[in-house]
Amino acid sequence: MTEIFGVPLPALLGQLLLGLVNGSFYAMLSLGLAVIFGMLNIINFAHGALYMMGAFLAWMGLEYLGINYWVMLVLSPLVVGVFGLVIERLLLKWLYKLDHLYGLLLTFGITLVIEGIFRSFYGVSGQPYAVPDALAGATNLGFMILPNYRGWVVVASLVVCLAVWALIEKTSLGATLRAGTENPRLVQAFGVNVPRMVTLTYAGGVALAAFAGVLAAPILQVNSLMGSNLIITVFAVVVIGGMGSILGSILTGLGLGIVEGLTKVFYPEASSTVVFVVMAVVLLVRPAGLFGKEK
Amino acid sequence: MNKKTSGYVVLLAAVALLPLAGVYPIFAMKVMCYALFACAFNLLIGFTGLLSFGHAAFLGTAAYAAGHALKVWGFPPLLGIVFGTAMAALVGLVFGLLAIRRAGIYFAMITLALAQMLFFFFLQASFTGGEDGLQSVPRGTLLGLPLDNDTTLYYVVLAIFALAFWLIYRTVHSPFGQVLTSIRENEPRAISLGYDTDRFKLLAFVLSAALAGLAGATKTLVLGFATLTDALWTTSGLVILMTLVGGMGTMVGPIIGALLIIALENKIGDLGQWLAGLTGVQWFAGLGESVSLVTGLIFIICVLAFRRGLVGEAGALLERLRRRA
Repeated sequence: MTEIFGVPLPALLGQLLLGLVNGSFYAMLSLGLAVIFGMLNIINFAHGALYMMGAFLAWMGLEYLGINYWVMLVLSPLVVGVFGLVIERLLLKWLYKLDHLYGLLLTFGITLVIEGIFRSFYGVSGQPYAVPDALAGATNLGFMILPNYRGWVVVASLVVCLAVWALIEKTSLGATLRAGTENPRLVQAFGVNVPRMVTLTYAGGVALAAFAGVLAAPILQVNSLMGSNLIITVFAVVVIGGMGSILGSILTGLGLGIVEGLTKVFYPEASSTVVFVVMAVVLLVRPAGLFGKEK
Repeated sequence: MNKKTSGYVVLLAAVALLPLAGVYPIFAMKVMCYALFACAFNLLIGFTGLLSFGHAAFLGTAAYAAGHALKVWGFPPLLGIVFGTAMAALVGLVFGLLAIRRAGIYFAMITLALAQMLFFFFLQASFTGGEDGLQSVPRGTLLGLPLDNDTTLYYVVLAIFALAFWLIYRTVHSPFGQVLTSIRENEPRAISLGYDTDRFKLLAFVLSAALAGLAGATKTLVLGFATLTDALWTTSGLVILMTLVGGMGTMVGPIIGALLIIALENKIGDLGQWLAGLTGVQWFAGLGESVSLVTGLIFIICVLAFRRGLVGEAGALLERLRRRA
């Protein structure tokens, strides 16, 4: 069997794939965070809780209503998006003129409430969610065994991330959005309904988180704490990448997933902390982040 | 003695009499530890304008370090506390050096991430006892007095708290504190006046971390255990909430906030049972298991309506009345 640094190749590739899967979640979440921050000037701590909510909705749909994975993959982000709409109109819109810190604190409070609700009904134990039939099993690629579902997660998240990138960078809607990020008052003066754009941006960002949640449901067990564990890592990813560039967010997310996967192979004890160590190094070498601009 | 000082002296005397009034000493000591923790945190957010989202790291570091020194190395109690505080200050120095490289919202995210890294380290390290934590840490004796007596320990903890509070008060009202305030109000201006603001921020950060550590080490001595919860991000959130409820940037606000939140945590189970009995909805009975639901709601209400906190709002109200008179 082929070995690299004493590690069998299939094991290495398996961990790399797992890292890529995690990286896809990082990418989708940090992308949503960056877009929301650009428009609302709020760091959405609730992003993790809404990701958890997306996963839970998928599980609940199957458990109580018998709605299958594919339908929930669309439905769950829609429901969470509408929920985000309500949050933005009801709570967040009062904070835009205040210090950024209040946005972080408010969304932190929202996180605690959402988690508390799910916890009071389902506790903290995981709910298993089966891989959909069409993606069950694995494909032998010759050099490794590829579990179909994991392959699907990576492809689906990449497609969605690139679609968001194209939407923002290549369409006229995206151009308005970017202009709104730069100078909302000027854009408003051109007759664009900026408050509505802000609301929809938030809804879109959290829908992306919910989409990631549904994708994650069959891989990780669905539980009420899955979001907050992830969001802190994603914060580190955001610090490493900087929030200035969409493509930067995606690349940083994927890259760190791979770094994490490799660490699991060569030095498993550090696999849960490696992202934070990378963050510390980046802060020392390039404080503005890999893709950030020094202000 | 001016009015303010005599106010603090009366307050101190009243707190000293609490055990005689039948207040459960362990509860009072726990409140004092968290009040000190919140005051230390307030030194950053309230007086320097830095939001640290990772203060649990310092509480947890000192809790474990003091617990280890007391239990395994057999340190006398005060030395154990000093050791814990020093370790927290050291961690504060490392975190501070990294975090002050970014400002504002990034500062918060960096401190949160660094604290999470330390949490994972504690989870895996052997000296912390993993999920079980450090149990049955001995209290030892001080000047021949056994601290196993809760009332004796109460006065030791009170002395520690009073001393630390005095230190914070002096810091805030010193020229150094004035520079910190100027950084909070307008950092570029402070820089243009010739202050090396990074050094001031780092010093404030280390001081805050050390004081949070003092709270954590004392807490281990009082409760006899240190667990992973001390270093968890929810604890970082809790100290923010205490400070926010009481009033950021006020001297006594964090103390009141700590008292309210700790009391709420203790009583929320009963409250849930009572609500369940009253409304017949069984869901309320489990409220004690999901405290975060209630703390989250308080967070939301505070941020939207009471950003100045109880003490801050009360001060503003008094000011308005005085102006009208």
